[in-house]
Amino acid sequence: MRIRTAGVIAICAVALVGTAACGSSKDETTSDAPSAAAATGELVIWADDKRSAALKPFAEKFGTENGVTVKVQAISKDQQTTFLTASQQGSGPDVVVGAHDWIGNLVQNGAIDPVQLSDEQKSGIAANAIKAVTFNGQTYGVPYATENLGLIRNTELAPEAPATVEALVASAKKLKADKKVSELLCLQVGQNGDAYHAYPFYSSAGGYLFGTNAAGDYDAKDLGVGKPESVEAFKKLSALGEKGDGALKRSITPENSIATFTSKKCAYLVSGPWAVTDVKKANLKYDISAVPGFEGGKEATPFLGVQTFYVAAKGKNKALAQEFVTNYVTTPELAVALYNAEPRPPALTAALDQVKGADADLQKWVDAGKNAVPLPAIPEMAAIWDPFGKAEAAVIGGADAEKTVTAAGTTISGSIK
Amino acid sequence: MTTKLGGPARRALPVTEPAPSEPRPQQKNTGLAGQFAKVLLLGLSVAIAIWAAFPLIAEEHWIGLAVLVAATAALLYIYLSPRHIPAKYLFPGTLFLVIFQLFPVLYTASTAFTNFGDGHRGSKEDAIVAIQTSSVTRVPGSTEYALSIATEGDPATGPIVFLITDPATKAVSIGDAGGLTPAGAVTVTSSGKVTAAEGYTVLNAGQASVRSQEITDFTVPTAGGAIRSAGLSRAYEGKAGRAYDAATDSITDTTSGKTWKADESLGSFVAADGERLVQGWKVGVGLDNFTRVLTNDSISGPFLKTLIWNFAFAIGSTGFTFILGLFIALALHSAKVRGRNFYRILLVLPYAMPAFAMLLVWRDMFNTDFGLINNLFGTDVDWFGGTASARIAVILVQLWLGYPYMFLVSTGALQAIPGELLDATKVDGAGVWQSFKSVTLPLLMIPLTPLLISSFAFNFNNFNAIWLTTEGAPFPADNTTNGATDLLITYTYRLAFGGSGAQYGFAAAISIFIFLIVAVVSTISFRRTRQLEEVYS
Repeated sequence: MRIRTAGVIAICAVALVGTAACGSSKDETTSDAPSAAAATGELVIWADDKRSAALKPFAEKFGTENGVTVKVQAISKDQQTTFLTASQQGSGPDVVVGAHDWIGNLVQNGAIDPVQLSDEQKSGIAANAIKAVTFNGQTYGVPYATENLGLIRNTELAPEAPATVEALVASAKKLKADKKVSELLCLQVGQNGDAYHAYPFYSSAGGYLFGTNAAGDYDAKDLGVGKPESVEAFKKLSALGEKGDGALKRSITPENSIATFTSKKCAYLVSGPWAVTDVKKANLKYDISAVPGFEGGKEATPFLGVQTFYVAAKGKNKALAQEFVTNYVTTPELAVALYNAEPRPPALTAALDQVKGADADLQKWVDAGKNAVPLPAIPEMAAIWDPFGKAEAAVIGGADAEKTVTAAGTTISGSIK
Repeated sequence: MTTKLGGPARRALPVTEPAPSEPRPQQKNTGLAGQFAKVLLLGLSVAIAIWAAFPLIAEEHWIGLAVLVAATAALLYIYLSPRHIPAKYLFPGTLFLVIFQLFPVLYTASTAFTNFGDGHRGSKEDAIVAIQTSSVTRVPGSTEYALSIATEGDPATGPIVFLITDPATKAVSIGDAGGLTPAGAVTVTSSGKVTAAEGYTVLNAGQASVRSQEITDFTVPTAGGAIRSAGLSRAYEGKAGRAYDAATDSITDTTSGKTWKADESLGSFVAADGERLVQGWKVGVGLDNFTRVLTNDSISGPFLKTLIWNFAFAIGSTGFTFILGLFIALALHSAKVRGRNFYRILLVLPYAMPAFAMLLVWRDMFNTDFGLINNLFGTDVDWFGGTASARIAVILVQLWLGYPYMFLVSTGALQAIPGELLDATKVDGAGVWQSFKSVTLPLLMIPLTPLLISSFAFNFNNFNAIWLTTEGAPFPADNTTNGATDLLITYTYRLAFGGSGAQYGFAAAISIFIFLIVAVVSTISFRRTRQLEEVYS
């Protein structure tokens, strides 16, 4: 009897936990009731690790000024997917911070709301940053920082900024012949290519990804990969590749490109503002200029990435989120603090003016990105990255450009439908 | 087991246990404490069930509620009735099995029949709301107002009105569902914010944020559209560009007049010219995902090739690690080796390192120009660029990562083989090889075969081993979706998540196919193992 009672109790305890798990698992998927926290006026912000640390003091200030509690939560990995899943379940934040090329996917999942900026606020933000966060004629977020690729060169080895790709290769070849460097150019390719870093050269050689419609929006039906222009562009990449000049190599990967530059094995590095911290640490004399284009070709246009504050469509406190994003993020102090957390040029003109005196690189990055095109935010862009990168890697490795690009174009249009 | 589980009940007992000759009081005491604990735990279970019921009722999730009620009723019936002893033991386990095993499997299987994925995550209502909200634009040339939120009654419950200040004239209007009317006596700051208004209570940000949803939904109709809030301190005149019409089940663009009709088989609003609105919803698509796997050329074409390599990889990874691990285990099994434990610790090291990091380190070591391997041997092999070299490379990495495990289990199994058996073979005049082949190996295989099968099943789906090293490379120039080192799992991951965002429905269908393959292989292997055991036992 005693043994049996003990067993019953033990099993009851197990069952209890089971019921709890059962109850909570159902609760998670269905509960949409306002939590107790929301009743006191709470704003939840999601950002990555670095930015959430920088945001905290400002969030607290906003909270005390307005008599609400503000929570900043760091999401360290897969922010976009995490946000989408959470907001679908009704457990997402009110405000989320992320890259502007999420917009297409977030909009098609109904996860973010448009923001209404006044003309005055819009004029205070860099024009191309506003353009980047505009999707189907609607502004979907408030930009606070921009980033684009540029050419970083070691001024001890290469005092002059090359005007063309050909000049760059010629100068690098001379340095290599003099045994001053072992690599011509540090531009990350990797085993499976890197469409983001290849794009400036691709665009200069005449290639494009998506055409634009009358309103200036990207048109997914007009796919540029696989078109004759793209074949020509890939032929130029091929000429720079392993079987050609050897300026582009698959052995230069995202992991080693910056390190190879800082260890003085190459004189030129194509990278963004994130590389500067390492370059400074290596005590190199460096300068930043725009990525050069091919001789007689078009201008090389890098992609413009814009870091953005979004209002979550399924947030519990949308009015407050709108207030924070449209009327508070647009003040320069916050942009300066975020710049201090990670040195990228602020999108707010007033904030850029404030910090560029102390950091000469900023204006150079902005100049290098003068003709940058916003990274397409349309959902179809997701279909580009992988096939484009692989085609790039294959061509650089010596594969036939025409065959490779045509196949990549077929793959991409197949997954766009 | 029983003593351990019976802890709480025993603690409630008096410290001095009655003599064994008086069993009745003891039983009674245990019964009381047991009854008490039982009532408490059952009460808690019921309380939790009631707590879980409210959100279900609020969501009108009647099936969920029925399941919850049935489960709770069953729980009470089984534990309150003196009979059904086996059920008392079976119920919790069954419940857990249903929650943690059956439910995820059924969920995956049911997802395979839907178009769940990016653009089709939510319900149709969600999609309509998203379409309408994202179509609201500012009326061109309209005024941007300063906004204050006020109410006639209690700040928490009174009806909301917008106090709208024209920035140029500082004239304040009161906006409600009826439209704009000029306000009476008000106090306005230089920024246009109203701090006090006669007859109204102006809400501060904290009070307003509590009523966030009402404020977001609040509109003041105007001739050109409606005034809406942009946060808590600005308002704009906006116009919804697209509206849903329930009668025709379609979305109409108010300016161009274009309509998109709801297509329940696609889960999208589709226009006559085939254009789809980006916001869709989740619908059942029947067997579409499965037929797509079977009929799509880019999937069925390279499928066989990938499957063969997948088997080769799994067999190779398991086989080579086993051979190497067993060889080292045999070498170190000999008592003649000095410092055996030192070597053993050294050999287990790769097993102790995080495989994640090690895979990335190995990937960099295989780099053509900067990698350790080419630099060390003075070679110039494009490791991940050639089919054969890439395949050899990933298997080498698996060998390094996997042999310590095989070494450990082989050592354990070797030590379990009685030394007398080997002595007996010596007496019978068998050589080292013959005694290994006829005695040691067969005895080893009995405990190790199940481990080899599970190792095979693991390596068959070893996503990290490929994704963190070659990512499937090298890819043929004319096919960027299927590489030479791609396993089924990496290949399908790319198909389901690489192309156009996440396609969970499609991914679920593929995972069912992979499950079938692994299940068939495992079943056959286990059948054969049973035969093996019958032979040697």
